[in-house]
Amino acid sequence: MREVAVLGAGQTKFGELWDRSFREIGIEAGLQALVDAKLESAQLQGLFLGNMAAGRLIDQEQIAPLILDYAGLGNRNLPAVRVEGGGASGALALHAGYLAVASGQYDFVVVGGAEKLTDVPDITGNQITDSAADHEWEVVFGATLPGLWALIARRHMYQYGTKREEFAAVPVQDHEMAAKNPNAHYRNKITLEQVLGATPVAQPLGMLDCAPLSDGAAAVVLGPMEVARKYTDTPIRISASQVACDTMALHHRRDITTLDSTAVAARRAFQQARRTPENVQIAEIFDGYSIGALVALEDLGFVAKGASGAAFAAGEFGRGGRVVVNSSGGLKAQGRPFGAVGVAQVVELVRQLRGDAKDRQVAGANLGLAHDVGGTGATSVVHLLERTN
Amino acid sequence: MSIARFWRETPRRYNLGGSKCSICSTVYFPPRSVCPTCTHHRRSIGKMQPLQLCGDGEVFSFSIVQDAAEGFEMQVPYVLALVKTVEGPMLTGQIVDVDPAEVKIGMPVHAMFRKLREEGRAGVIHYGYKFAPSTAEDRRPHRGGSHEPSPMAEPPGRSRASA
Repeated sequence: MREVAVLGAGQTKFGELWDRSFREIGIEAGLQALVDAKLESAQLQGLFLGNMAAGRLIDQEQIAPLILDYAGLGNRNLPAVRVEGGGASGALALHAGYLAVASGQYDFVVVGGAEKLTDVPDITGNQITDSAADHEWEVVFGATLPGLWALIARRHMYQYGTKREEFAAVPVQDHEMAAKNPNAHYRNKITLEQVLGATPVAQPLGMLDCAPLSDGAAAVVLGPMEVARKYTDTPIRISASQVACDTMALHHRRDITTLDSTAVAARRAFQQARRTPENVQIAEIFDGYSIGALVALEDLGFVAKGASGAAFAAGEFGRGGRVVVNSSGGLKAQGRPFGAVGVAQVVELVRQLRGDAKDRQVAGANLGLAHDVGGTGATSVVHLLERTN
Repeated sequence: MSIARFWRETPRRYNLGGSKCSICSTVYFPPRSVCPTCTHHRRSIGKMQPLQLCGDGEVFSFSIVQDAAEGFEMQVPYVLALVKTVEGPMLTGQIVDVDPAEVKIGMPVHAMFRKLREEGRAGVIHYGYKFAPSTAEDRRPHRGGSHEPSPMAEPPGRSRASA
C-alpha cells in the first residue's frame, strides 16, 4: 500500500439551496476540487460518491454516473461508484477512494459527497433520517433517530452525571464557529438559554441539539503522495483511513454510552498513523445530535469516559483549547447534507492544515482528525490527515 | 409498508418469539440464525432454538418523544424506552399507561399487546408490543423462558385500559 494525499478540495454552500439541483451542487464541488488540484481532467481515473438516500429524496438512483456525466466525463467511460453508510456515506466514500489509490489500482480519483434534502417536505426528510436506524425493530416501535440519541444522552447522564447544560454547550460552540464559515447553513450565534428553551424533539434533546436538513456537496481529489507536489504546493497526507461497524440497533450494543465502532476505528487509525490523540490539534467530529459530540470525544480518546461534559463546557475543545473541535461549525451549524458531511469534514481539515482557513484558521494545525457516524453508530469512520511540510 | 412486510414478523412482534443459542445459552430477540457471542461463531449455525420472552423487564433508558416517528404522530408526547428483559435481550418500545414524568431508569415494566400505528385512515393497522409499569403482583416469580409459543396474554389479575 502506498501513501495517499489530498491534492484538491471543493465544497458548495450548505443550506436550503432551493434554486439548485442535486446534479448542479455535485458538479460544483467536484469541479472546484479538480481546479484546486491543478490536475488535467484526462488524468482522472474514477469517482467515488457518498450519498445516503437519493432514491427517496430525488427519485434518482445511479447517481455516480449521473454526476460523472454532468461533470463532462461521461464519454470517458470511467468507473463511478456510489457508497452508502447512512450519515457516514461521505466518509465511507473517502475510505473507498483512499483504498483505490493506496492499492495502486488508480492514481487519481475524485471522492465526492452530495445530498439534496430540501426537495422533499421536512416530515419526509425526518423519516428518511430515521431510516439510518433499524426500521423493523426500532422505527416500527416508535423510535426516531433523535429519540435514539436521546436514549444515549439519558443513559450518559445517569451513568456519568453528565449535565443537560454540558451537551447544550455543543450547538452554542458550533454556531459560534460557523459564524466565520461562509459555506455554513447557520451563521447566527445562539445562547445556552436558547438551546435549553428550544422546542423539545426527544427529551432531553431539543430542536437546537439536532443538526438541520441541508443541501450540499463536497469533493476532494486524491492521488499518490509520491507525485503530490506536482499538483499542489501543500499536499495533505491521509495518514489513516479506518472504518468500523457495530450492531444495527442501539438496543443490541454492549454499552450504549460508548460507540464501539468509533472507539475501534479511532484505535486502528492512531495505530495506522503511528500517532496518539495528544498529537491532534484539530478535529471535525459527529455532532448530528449534541450528545454525539461528547460521546465521540470520549470514544476518540480525547477525554476519559464520562469526563467529556465538564471538559467541553470548560472550553477544552473550543477555540484556543487543546483540540479545536468543529471549526467548520459541525453538522449542527455548517449543516447536514448526509452524504456530503464526511467529505466536507475533510475539506475543512485540508483548508486548516494548509493554512487557508482565513479568519477561522487554527494556528499551528499539523494533524487533523475527521469522524463521522451512520445512524446511532452502526458505522463509524475515522480519518487522520497530516501536513507534511 | 406492504402487508406482507409487517405480517411476516408477527410471531416476534405479537408473541416476543426470540431464540437461544444451545451452545452458550445466550438469548436473542429478535431471533438470530447464528450466535454473535459464541467464540466459534460458525459452530452455532443450526443450533439456535426458539425461545419466547416472558415480557418482564426494566427501563434501561428513556426519552419523551415530541417529534414523532412515522405513524406515531397522534401519540405525542410518548415515552420511548430501552427495556432490558429478564432473559437478557434489550428491546426498543414505548412505555404506556403511565404519566411520562413518572418514568425512571430501573422501573419494572412488562410487555403488552397493543396497536402500534396505522397507515392513514384506511390503511393497515400495525400491532405489537409496548410496555407498561409493573406492580409487585404483576411480577410472577417464574414466567421466563417458555419454549412453547403462547400469545402475550394478560396474566390473571391484571386489568388495564388499553393505550
